Amino acid sequence: MRGPSPIPTPDPVLTVNGLGKIYGRDDAGTIDRTGSDAGSARDPITGAIVAAWDVNFEVAAGEAIGIVGESGSGKSTVLRCIAGDLEATSGDVRLSTHMEGRSNVLLADPATRRRMRIDQLSVVYQDPSEGLALSVTAGGNIADPLTAAGVRSFAKIRERASELLSRTEVPLNRMDDIVRNFSGGMRQRVQIARALANKPRILLLDEPTTGLDASVAAGVLDLIRGLLEELDLAAVVVSHDFSVIEMLTNRCIVMHHGRVVESALTDQLLEDPHHPYSQRLVSAARA
Amino acid sequence: MTVTDNTTNRLDSLGASGDGPSFAILDEESKREIRRALLQAVAVPGYQVPFGSREMPVARGWGSGGLQVTLAIVGPDDTVKIIDQGDDEGVNAVNLRRLVVSSTGIPETTEAREASIIQSRHRIPEDELTATQTLVLQVPVPEPLRGIERDVRELARMHAEADYSRMWVSLYEDKVRNGVITQSTGYPCLVNGRYVVATTPIPRWDIPRLHMSQFLTLFGAGREKRVYAIPPHTIVEPLTFDDVPFEVERIEGAACRLCGSTDSFLVDSSGDVDSWACSDTAWCRARRSQG
Repeated sequence: MRGPSPIPTPDPVLTVNGLGKIYGRDDAGTIDRTGSDAGSARDPITGAIVAAWDVNFEVAAGEAIGIVGESGSGKSTVLRCIAGDLEATSGDVRLSTHMEGRSNVLLADPATRRRMRIDQLSVVYQDPSEGLALSVTAGGNIADPLTAAGVRSFAKIRERASELLSRTEVPLNRMDDIVRNFSGGMRQRVQIARALANKPRILLLDEPTTGLDASVAAGVLDLIRGLLEELDLAAVVVSHDFSVIEMLTNRCIVMHHGRVVESALTDQLLEDPHHPYSQRLVSAARA
Repeated sequence: MTVTDNTTNRLDSLGASGDGPSFAILDEESKREIRRALLQAVAVPGYQVPFGSREMPVARGWGSGGLQVTLAIVGPDDTVKIIDQGDDEGVNAVNLRRLVVSSTGIPETTEAREASIIQSRHRIPEDELTATQTLVLQVPVPEPLRGIERDVRELARMHAEADYSRMWVSLYEDKVRNGVITQSTGYPCLVNGRYVVATTPIPRWDIPRLHMSQFLTLFGAGREKRVYAIPPHTIVEPLTFDDVPFEVERIEGAACRLCGSTDSFLVDSSGDVDSWACSDTAWCRARRSQG
């Protein structure tokens, strides 16, 4: 495995150290009996699942890091632990926006973590129904984080919603339609608009284009790339698809059976993967 | 059979003991439990306090919550007024009033000013209420977020964290779809800057009178087993956007066909054109007798 990070990150916005998530009963030997070398995330003795273990990375403003790996490798678990959707078993996650990074957000109470989701950290999910209320209009979905942040002017909500929807290329005449009537690609654009409503510093993207057809996915990817450049966001992109990782990220980590097996610059990884699993993954993608 | 005889005897002796039916139907322990919940409700304005709603001689959904609140706070020196839709002669109002009066022996009145306890569904009397009066409202649905979220744990969390953004979204959606906020009765209000309450089922017309009121308002929901309160001198703000003013019901050119009032809450009395009448019948009658 290469060093923890090929280039040191100056002033990280998001710092993740030793993040782990274990399901079920583990004991002192569980970590040694699981992982990439053991060939499974499941402990054969106790039956515990080590979904992720000892995950470390940093992301600076204007930078995107990718997490790649096959289904079940633990990449979404890592993202959900950072977002607060899942409770991590161990680890230390710091946001420069939360108490200037002096406090481990994994130890913050659920209410505080939910407040971070209003204006510091946003998530775009693979399934738009996780990030959106489908029975609510596109504008209403954006009104939600805005009102949570204390905006009480109807005109300002309308203005900000149309600004965001035009930026994410949702036709403004669809602003007052309920999201359930939108196509998959359009829903994803609304989800992105909502995620950006209160100008968060950190954006977590979980398979943002998986499930969209190729041409729609390309459009959404273009949009995300433009936004990452324009808004100086610190982004984490989870995907099993190397073309997404290649297009959006500078650096990435490869996960296998809950462990990070390689951490590299994205173009380096694609040209010259070191770990046998990364080699298989890259050659499969290139085939 | 001896067993049956014994049981019957025991039941007979229970009935015979004491001094007949208790004052105000409920036993003292029950009243105390309801009063404790009410004290908590007053101490935390707008917070819905669970209480052990009793089986009452009226069905749940017919004012059993308001009735229990009234019976828990009523004393021998009280005078009670009970209205339904502003009308003292509504069938349910008459029945509830008979129940309260017959079980306590206290006087009844239709004059809002004479009553120390006013139990109501749908209305606050038009007369200005004072610091010596208590308004008891019968509440069908105490949860203002019920239409937005059905999971009670999530509802508890939303209230605990004052996370009302989805309530705002529903107001936003209403305005977008209809051009105005259409919610009429039970308009959601923020109490004391903290809890959102359902002011169910009073019309918008009555909402401004809850704000910094002289009187205590107690809300009782029998079926949902909740009480909550708006104490006197409490800030009550109807939820609305800064640039969308809260407006009460007002029909252009409408006047009460009986007393001619244009500054009271009017209801359509017969379905004909120009057949508006005061919803508060006692107030309307008093106005007419004054000429």
